[in-house]
Amino acid sequence: MTGRGEVVQSRGTVAMKPAKESQAKEGRVSAVAARVAARLPARGYLVVATLAVWVLGWALLRGRDTLALGGAELTPLHGGLNTGMDAIDDSRNSNPFFLYFINYIRLFIDEAVRFVQALISQPSFDRPVPVLGWLGVAGLATAIALLYGNRKVALLTAAGFLSFGVLGLWQESMDTLALTLTAVVLSLAVGIPLGVWAGLSDRFHRLVTPVLDFMQTMPTFVYLAPLTLFFLIGPASATVATMIYAIPPAIRITALGIRQVSPETLEAGTSMGATPAQALRLVRLPMAKQTIIVGVNQTIMAALSMATIAALIDAPGLGQTVLKALQTLDVGTAFNAGLAIVIMAVVLDRVTSAASRRVEVARRAGRLRTARGRRVEVAGVLGVAAVLGYLSYTYIWAAEFPADANLGPYVRRAADAASQWVQDSLVTYTDALKNLLTNALLNPFEKLLTGSPWWLVAAVAVVVILLVGSVRAALVATVGLLVLVLLGLWQDSMVTLASTLVATVLVMLLGMVVGVWMGRSDRVDTLLRPVLDAGQTMPAFVYLVPILGLFGPTRFTAIIAAVVFAAPVAIKLVAEGIRGVSATTVEAATSAGASAWQLISKVQLPMARSAVTLATSQGLIYVLSMVVVGGLVGAGALGYDVVAGFSQHQLRGKGLAAGLAIVVLGIVLDRVTRAATERADAAAHGGLHQR
Amino acid sequence: MTVPSVAERSAPDIDAPPILAVRGLWKVFGPKAESVVGSTLTRDELKQQNGCVAAVRDVSFEVRRGEVFVVMGLSGSGKSTLVRCLTRLIEPTAGEILLDGEDVRKADDRSLRELRRHRMAMVFQHFGLLPHRCVLHNVAFGLEIRGVSKRERYARAREVIELVGLNGFENSYPDQLSGGMQQRVGLARALAADPEVLLFDEPFSALDPLIRREMQNEVIRLHHEVGKTMVFITHDLSEALKLGDRILIMRDGELVQVGTPDQVVGAPADDYVRDFVSDIPRSDVLTLRWIMRPAQPGDPLDGPTLGPDVVIRDAVHAVLSAERPVRVMDGETLLGVVTSAEILEVIAGGPQA
Ligand SMILES: Nc1ncnc2c1ncn2[C@@H]1O[C@H](COP(=O)(O)OP(=O)(O)OP(=O)(O)O)[C@@H](O)[C@H]1O
Ligand SMILES: [Mg+2]
Repeated sequence: MTGRGEVVQSRGTVAMKPAKESQAKEGRVSAVAARVAARLPARGYLVVATLAVWVLGWALLRGRDTLALGGAELTPLHGGLNTGMDAIDDSRNSNPFFLYFINYIRLFIDEAVRFVQALISQPSFDRPVPVLGWLGVAGLATAIALLYGNRKVALLTAAGFLSFGVLGLWQESMDTLALTLTAVVLSLAVGIPLGVWAGLSDRFHRLVTPVLDFMQTMPTFVYLAPLTLFFLIGPASATVATMIYAIPPAIRITALGIRQVSPETLEAGTSMGATPAQALRLVRLPMAKQTIIVGVNQTIMAALSMATIAALIDAPGLGQTVLKALQTLDVGTAFNAGLAIVIMAVVLDRVTSAASRRVEVARRAGRLRTARGRRVEVAGVLGVAAVLGYLSYTYIWAAEFPADANLGPYVRRAADAASQWVQDSLVTYTDALKNLLTNALLNPFEKLLTGSPWWLVAAVAVVVILLVGSVRAALVATVGLLVLVLLGLWQDSMVTLASTLVATVLVMLLGMVVGVWMGRSDRVDTLLRPVLDAGQTMPAFVYLVPILGLFGPTRFTAIIAAVVFAAPVAIKLVAEGIRGVSATTVEAATSAGASAWQLISKVQLPMARSAVTLATSQGLIYVLSMVVVGGLVGAGALGYDVVAGFSQHQLRGKGLAAGLAIVVLGIVLDRVTRAATERADAAAHGGLHQR
Repeated sequence: MTVPSVAERSAPDIDAPPILAVRGLWKVFGPKAESVVGSTLTRDELKQQNGCVAAVRDVSFEVRRGEVFVVMGLSGSGKSTLVRCLTRLIEPTAGEILLDGEDVRKADDRSLRELRRHRMAMVFQHFGLLPHRCVLHNVAFGLEIRGVSKRERYARAREVIELVGLNGFENSYPDQLSGGMQQRVGLARALAADPEVLLFDEPFSALDPLIRREMQNEVIRLHHEVGKTMVFITHDLSEALKLGDRILIMRDGELVQVGTPDQVVGAPADDYVRDFVSDIPRSDVLTLRWIMRPAQPGDPLDGPTLGPDVVIRDAVHAVLSAERPVRVMDGETLLGVVTSAEILEVIAGGPQA
């Protein structure tokens, strides 16, 4: 957290912890604010009063100064951005920055992806088929799973790869795999050394942490378009986008592994005269190995998820299939391709998890099985894979997946039928839910946000943030809201904000109910955890498909997709918080005769408050990144602006501005939740001290 | 359980130059550490005023070649800091550390590494073993760092593994061994480098009492066999008395007393030390020298004779069963006599004395 001088305030009395020198000024400002606030009536009433003023203002000034801007309308700024982007486009072959730097990177990455594609997915080297056909790739993948994992995951791998063919998506799957693998290799090549550095140097760690935070909180859609400006539409942009998303876990987890090494063991190394290089090679890296492989796993999962999203900038593969299907509302096709993505995610996840567990197992097994035994095994497995590879190189039946085995059309039709059936039979319920939430929550809120004059909304927001958060957060919000106005996207931003907040409320409702349930019952935990894990490993695109089937292409679909995307994180965090409450405290309350409800509301939730607030801020970030995806399925607003920017040249500038607006919203929301949390914590502690 | 008497152990040569000499050593953690050196404020005052912790303050002592030198004190008294300063695992703030007359503080990186590789080795409280290496490779680790060839280092590792009684476990991994065995690996690892000085930082406090006693005897045995100089940190007085040729007692970073076990028990420097040793049965530590009285004219001087360094407990039987006063003789000179009266006084006075 920030080391700011915090104003601890409770019931009109002010106490102030000493502020750090660098932030003393800020501390003074908030002290003044707190003194003023202390003379005013209780905060809660003020917030309510402010909101009342807003509603009143809306009723009186409805429709004035709302800064509405139609879908195809542009502001001068958007036009300027367009021109600027065109200028960058034009300078691609003249500007030295491009000529000697960016273009080389682009060429290198393009070639790398093409090379892998030539190996496994695309016709290459004057052949009508790739170097390795389905039999070879499946054999090699299975061999790797067997050598680094175990028999079970090898079986899973074989079944998974065959299913790509069976679903009729062999080539698309291999394109996705090629892109993912290239991005993973490059991400690890950059991420592991940086992670080691961050593990060794506190200063570098402090330096990269905020950068990584930013990389991870920035909604992925936002940087796709700007990347194409530098790396053009195609594999290079897709790979770089994937790397931006996949490098942070590699760096973070590697650094964590390096940092976790027991200080005494390190000291033992130093005491024996190990040089820093020896300490790294002989002590730190071997001891961090298992953690680093967990990082590899996370990197792969992130890369796969992004590689599918990168379809928006023309990345080849399964993402394309899903995207096209989404655009034509073809649920069957989208489901079929989504299934392939999930299968790939499960296979990659299980194999790398098994590999990281194997590090441990291998150590023990190493004694039972001789090194020679291992060598024989490796040679045997690779030999078989090589034979399969040769077959698939030479014979067409082993190169192209047999058409007879293509069950894709059946899957599509079945999915279509199922979704139709579900829609027909659930339509009353889904419609009821949709209408209830839309009319009771979303519409009024959205009307209030978009119908009031912008200055009224901004003023209300700043006052409320002052009341529940901090001066600094209010300053950030002021600047952020002004930027939204300047970007010419005020109204779209308000629509997106409404959806985001409604989705976050739903996420937190789910998170509290299910999280508390999970935190209190081991059985529920064991039951739900795998479901949540699956939800988190699944690439975001896949959610949209069934939800689209259920709710049709509306704002609401985007909200539900965002809820599904964000709920697992929130639920897990809340459950962990509840579990973290000391058993003794719970026992004490129970023995004092507290009912289950009293226990939850008076003991467990209050004590898990920091986990709940963390869940809220994480939930917000997740929701925001998904609400944008909603642009694909009819949610309009900023998401639509971004998506339209991908496809229509004259809307590029507006798309870029919309991307910036999303980032601004994210930063403001993040700051405000943090400040509100800090204030709540401080108030709770202050209250304790003063009593 | 018998405490081996001091006299049983090979007495280090008192006149030879010390192998390790520490003079005016300070270690201050915190900002502006240098300015605190020499300060006479108490630890708490320092902490209040400067935000510094003076972990070691103005400590001087000498360790003789071949002796077991024990540093003891309560938790937080600065023992670990002191022992880490000796090889600059913690950089001292001020003072001199002379190893065979050479100032360790002046060594550059390379010669400091050489010193750590060849001349001093350390055994840690929580063992500090490498979990991904088997016992053999753990023990050979120090030699690997030095660049000793594979054959040679494994041969040497096997030798020390045998020495600490771990044969048969060469291929086990640390987490498959009991705490006591793990510490034997730590011991073997330190011995493998054949250092001149072995440093122990509370090596047995993580072990349960039975194993601890076994390991203490192991150290005594090893000391007999290899005769290394040892600096041994502990917070357990009975361990200190059992192992130490001399004991240094620390409090709040300061040296309170240095002396042989019987000096510490027989003549505590202040109330702090007196309190410390009050639970120790004096007859187990003190020697006849401490209780003998000058022979008086009427004393019959034809009783049995004993040396002045015999521990009282070992003399009880001889003195009580003798009908005449026992003569305490150093060679041909009569130092004094001991009778049942003196013995009974010590035993009856017991721990409180
Ligand atoms: N890196 C450090 N930074 C600040 N203070 C430290 C540091 N290391 C030790 N200290 C302080 O120095 C004092 C002495 O610590 P030290 O570890 O040497 O004590 P010790 O006698 O070994 O205690 P124990 O028996 O608990 O191991 C303690 O007050 C401790 O808090
Ligand atoms: Mg210590």
